Amino acid sequence: MRYPLAASMLALSLLAGCSSTPMSSDQGAAVEDRSASSAGSIPTVRPDQPQGAGLAALRDPNNILSKRSVMFDYDSFTIRGEFMPLVEAHARFLVANPQMKMLIQGSADERGSREYNLALGQKRSDAIKKALMLLGAQETQIESVSLGEEKPRCTERTEACYAENRRGEMLYAGEF
Amino acid sequence: MMKLTDLFRFLLIALLTVVVTPARAQLSIEITGAGANRFPVAVAVMDGEAQLPRSVTEVVRGDLERSGLFSLVEMGPRPMGESVPPDFAYLRTRGADAIAVGTVVPAQSGKYEVRVRLYDTRQEAQLDALTLTMTPAQYRATGHRIADVIYERITGLKGVFSTQIAYVVKSGNQYKLQIADSDGANPQTALASNEPIISPSWSPDGSRLAYVSFEAKKPVVYVHTLATGLRAVAANFKGSNSAPAWSPDGNRLAVVLTKDGLSQLYTVNPDGSGVTRLASSSSIDTEPAFSHDGKWIYFTSDRGGSPQIYRISTQGGRAERVTFEGSYNVTPRPSPDGQTMSYIARTANGFQVAIMDVATRQFAVLTDTGRDESPSFAPNSRMILYATEIGGRGVLAAVSSDGRIKQRLSVQAADVREPAWGPLPR
Repeated sequence: MRYPLAASMLALSLLAGCSSTPMSSDQGAAVEDRSASSAGSIPTVRPDQPQGAGLAALRDPNNILSKRSVMFDYDSFTIRGEFMPLVEAHARFLVANPQMKMLIQGSADERGSREYNLALGQKRSDAIKKALMLLGAQETQIESVSLGEEKPRCTERTEACYAENRRGEMLYAGEF
Repeated sequence: MMKLTDLFRFLLIALLTVVVTPARAQLSIEITGAGANRFPVAVAVMDGEAQLPRSVTEVVRGDLERSGLFSLVEMGPRPMGESVPPDFAYLRTRGADAIAVGTVVPAQSGKYEVRVRLYDTRQEAQLDALTLTMTPAQYRATGHRIADVIYERITGLKGVFSTQIAYVVKSGNQYKLQIADSDGANPQTALASNEPIISPSWSPDGSRLAYVSFEAKKPVVYVHTLATGLRAVAANFKGSNSAPAWSPDGNRLAVVLTKDGLSQLYTVNPDGSGVTRLASSSSIDTEPAFSHDGKWIYFTSDRGGSPQIYRISTQGGRAERVTFEGSYNVTPRPSPDGQTMSYIARTANGFQVAIMDVATRQFAVLTDTGRDESPSFAPNSRMILYATEIGGRGVLAAVSSDGRIKQRLSVQAADVREPAWGPLPR
């Protein structure tokens, strides 16, 4: 396959931000590290750090792609309507950038058994994964896992706090 | 062997609160409820014990006291050796139904020999005699062994004073998987991580722990050999990997994987090979636990609309529902003797440790706390260790299977959770 130069640079730089890509031999070539002072010095690849122009959108607070959390109702695994634009935006991003990979971490509030809550968090991350796939993302791009009740965003024992902890987080390679 | 009931003659001790703080223990144990009838036993200071830097007798006494099953008859500071039978008539007037006496003598290469005899003061008969060899540093292990023998001779159940427990301590964002003696002494950290650790499970021989660690930003099941610190990944499939439980022969691990969709039950070899699906459902199946004979796997499932406990034959077949009362029954833990199952039930008071008779399906709530989790039977099936919360802090507690004896184990300024009681030492 032949790409115009700019497109291939972008594709390669996106690859470099992708820790689980099997094409790791390409990663060294992808990093444009201008700080490397002398010719012949070897740049350090940090595959966990997202790099490249395409990823700027993920960090731009004015871009919907910078939002990552989908909240869920009690005992519910349905994506509420208000979060559908967010899920759709990330699905479009995944479709446009098939080399990007996403980890979805589901969570549950703290009430009850840790292992059962792990299974509830999984149902939430699975629901987001299914929605992304229905919108065209590839199964190979997405891993849905659970953090159960282990990583609460809010630690008070209020309904508001529990609601904040019933969520799914969409993270791209390098962000977790 | 003496029968406990024969010997419960004269005591009607009201529920006592006895605070016992073992020396240098990080986990301190508090007894918050004791048996109504406690067996009166005397443990005399062992003759020659003054040669040792630390007292074995005190370890024996502490163990028996904390068990909630014994009342210690005060014997004063006078040592009583094992070479001459004690004055039974005098002991009876003191109210002691049994007495342990012992002698410590120097042995080769800096070691000591400890000879102990246990007598029934009413029958005026020897119940047991044992000889142990110890280094001075082994005073606690030696005391636990002696207490185990006294406990077994008098109650008919195996003593568990020589066992270890595993648990997770969270302080700030640090998680430590610790192993301590059953009295909380000698805590050692097997794993320290910035990410959560849950669901530790002892291999039946006590040499390994399986657990779930989130160090890879997702739940992965590891098998950790305690003596070497070497770890093997037992399950790291796409998705979540959790809830490890050993088969009684130690050859297989039941785990929960989401690689094929929802949380479902599988078995794997402890080295991660040989993954086999155990059951299929269109709902959450989790928290597997083998019955003592390896014939059943008990688990939590929401297939009926709410989380309830089911069991399935390890040979496969249909799952059978076990709990029916209430809308939330989770974390089944069959007892090592096969008689009962402990679990967590949501009641009007919150989440509480309950116990069910396997044959009759009669059940009872055992605790008065409301945030109980992770019950774990002692290897003699007599006590259940669990995590709960007191004063906003995670603590471990233990309750006897009849609900009478209650203990609390806590660490200052840290949350303790996810306890697992280890097997009897080999």
